[in-house]
Amino acid sequence: MDRLPRLPFADWIDDGVDWLISIFAPFFDGISSFLEFIVEGSVNLLDLVPSILLAVIFAVLAWFISTRRIAIFTLVGFLFIDYLGLWYPMLQMLALVLTSVVFAVVLGVPIGIWGSQKTLVRKIINPILDLMQTMPAFVYLIPAIFFFNIGVVPGVVASVIFSMPPTIRLTMLGIKQVPSDLIEATEAFGSTAWQRLAKIQIPLAKPTIMAGVNQSIMLSLSMVVIASMVGAPGLGEEVYRAVTQLKTGVGVEVGVAIVIVAIILDRITQHAGTKKQGGISE
Amino acid sequence: MEEYDRKKKIEVKEATKIFGKQTKRAAELLQEGKTKKEILKATGATVGVNKATFNVYEGEIFVIMGLSGSGKSTLVRLLNRLIDPTLGHILIDGEDIVQMNKEKLRQVRRQKIGMVFQNFALFPHKTILSNTEYGLEIQGVPKEERTDKAIESLGLVGLAGYEDQYPSQLSGGMQQRVGLARALANNPDVLLMDEAFSALDPLIRKDMQDELLQLHSDMGKTIIFITHDLDEALRIGDRILLMKDGEVVQIGTPEEILMNPSNEYVERFVEDVDLSKVLTAAHIMKQADSVQIDRGPRVALRLMKRLRISSMYVTDKQKRLLGAVTASDADAAVAEGKSLEDILIKDISKIHEDCLLTELFDIVSTAVIPVAVVDEKERLKGIIIRGALIGALSGNDTFINENGMVEPVEVEVDEIG
Repeated sequence: MDRLPRLPFADWIDDGVDWLISIFAPFFDGISSFLEFIVEGSVNLLDLVPSILLAVIFAVLAWFISTRRIAIFTLVGFLFIDYLGLWYPMLQMLALVLTSVVFAVVLGVPIGIWGSQKTLVRKIINPILDLMQTMPAFVYLIPAIFFFNIGVVPGVVASVIFSMPPTIRLTMLGIKQVPSDLIEATEAFGSTAWQRLAKIQIPLAKPTIMAGVNQSIMLSLSMVVIASMVGAPGLGEEVYRAVTQLKTGVGVEVGVAIVIVAIILDRITQHAGTKKQGGISE
Repeated sequence: MEEYDRKKKIEVKEATKIFGKQTKRAAELLQEGKTKKEILKATGATVGVNKATFNVYEGEIFVIMGLSGSGKSTLVRLLNRLIDPTLGHILIDGEDIVQMNKEKLRQVRRQKIGMVFQNFALFPHKTILSNTEYGLEIQGVPKEERTDKAIESLGLVGLAGYEDQYPSQLSGGMQQRVGLARALANNPDVLLMDEAFSALDPLIRKDMQDELLQLHSDMGKTIIFITHDLDEALRIGDRILLMKDGEVVQIGTPEEILMNPSNEYVERFVEDVDLSKVLTAAHIMKQADSVQIDRGPRVALRLMKRLRISSMYVTDKQKRLLGAVTASDADAAVAEGKSLEDILIKDISKIHEDCLLTELFDIVSTAVIPVAVVDEKERLKGIIIRGALIGALSGNDTFINENGMVEPVEVEVDEIG
């Protein structure tokens, strides 16, 4: 049976990437140095503080945002990581994750709000989000290297792309889930679209949006090992090294450290969405 | 009735709403006189409101009543264009809101129309105060001023002191008071109330109806009230519009609807109405025979003999009720040369002409002589005899006076004596 001639799809993509690089190289360089500055800056900043003090600061923060139990877990967890000698790689990973999440949220929430208001936007965004979530994360890394060289930046970019969809989706969902009679009420009183959004829809969607942010953090954490393959430093790099050298003990050690960070971030952000929402429980 | 002389607040002219895809085609078919069913079959579009035409006068409570699916909720939403009409015109104070641009419409919504919703539609993340302030807040009213107005408005509905609570902390009845306060805070001319009390249990509901009536008589706002409950409509409505399948079936006062149903549908709708809650004393009273106080007992006695009654009411020249005399007392008075005033029985039961039949049972059943009906100036309007009360309740029209009016009694006293 004759086959169809092979479609040079890969070549087209390569050509496209080459073209993008040739045109936008200065732009990508700018982004690259900006992201590098932010990630490395925050690592250096965090490293200025003694590890024990930083653990305490995080614990106090956790206490304010969520519960005392989580605060205690945060303190013990961070001290344990310090004990394992993984403090500095942990800071590197934290900086990468938090930077990615900040960008995912800063870009994702407005896109989500936009999508919630316009059906056409939503129709365009949805398939793109599907693509972003299902495309194997490794694939993002290849062009990212071309655009941003190796190191932490392609890791951040890949994390942002991979972790943004839940924030966008849940922002759209949260806003659309606001009961229609409340929307009617805001309309009946003569609100503008902005007033409706700012005073009613976004505040009421906040728990759902925060659930999206929480999911983005978790996805971003899951990217750290993958990002380390293009040279992003941190706990992911340690895992990658343990895998290539077949060191089970080190692998588990670092894995546990990642899990601890994940639990801390997860619990804190989960509470941030539900706490201080007087009378929302209906 | 005097309502008809009042200023038209809202004029609805052939307002039509068609839901679905081929609304234009459906509108053409509707103009050609096709029925709702035919249009649905031809285009798949549903006629929600079919050429509704009516006026709402300033200061009245206008009730739109119909069963679910009759289009009443759609109709009320056309009035502030929460739903855009497919055809027709809606004039508020003479201005057609259908033609308005977004900004003008927004101003109308902010200043002229307040709305209260079936499921309250309070903002769960805002306090009661903040909920009540909402309408003013979005108009950019300064914080202090709007807080004052909101607190005043909450006071009107009896919720002073609950400012800092959240909606979920309040009972259903209280939540709807907040809904009402929120609508009142803007000081709108017109209040739209979409099944506002339907989600409340019966007792709370009755209280709320009473309070609404009280607020209405205090503030004189035009209220358009949607309900599926005929009893509620009859209780609070100055006029009632009945809807069926998107069409206006009948418009009239509660009495007109009950007494002269315009078609079989309305008739079936009203047949289960508890008449005792609708009819008043004025509907069933009969002419009262009375005698003026300055006539002598002899005149009273002759009147009673001629009319074959054993007692009679006594009034002054202005027909104000003073008391009653019995035939035997009058007889004795004639013998002893006493005046009517000496034998007057002042301890009599009297009722107001607007009194509902439900409130009459007790008085009428225990009264020895027919109960006197008086107006607000204490003038004798008529009497109620037991038989008429029972007859009216059994639905016998012969016992019910048209329009609730009885010819004033004229007793030609001069011809006697």
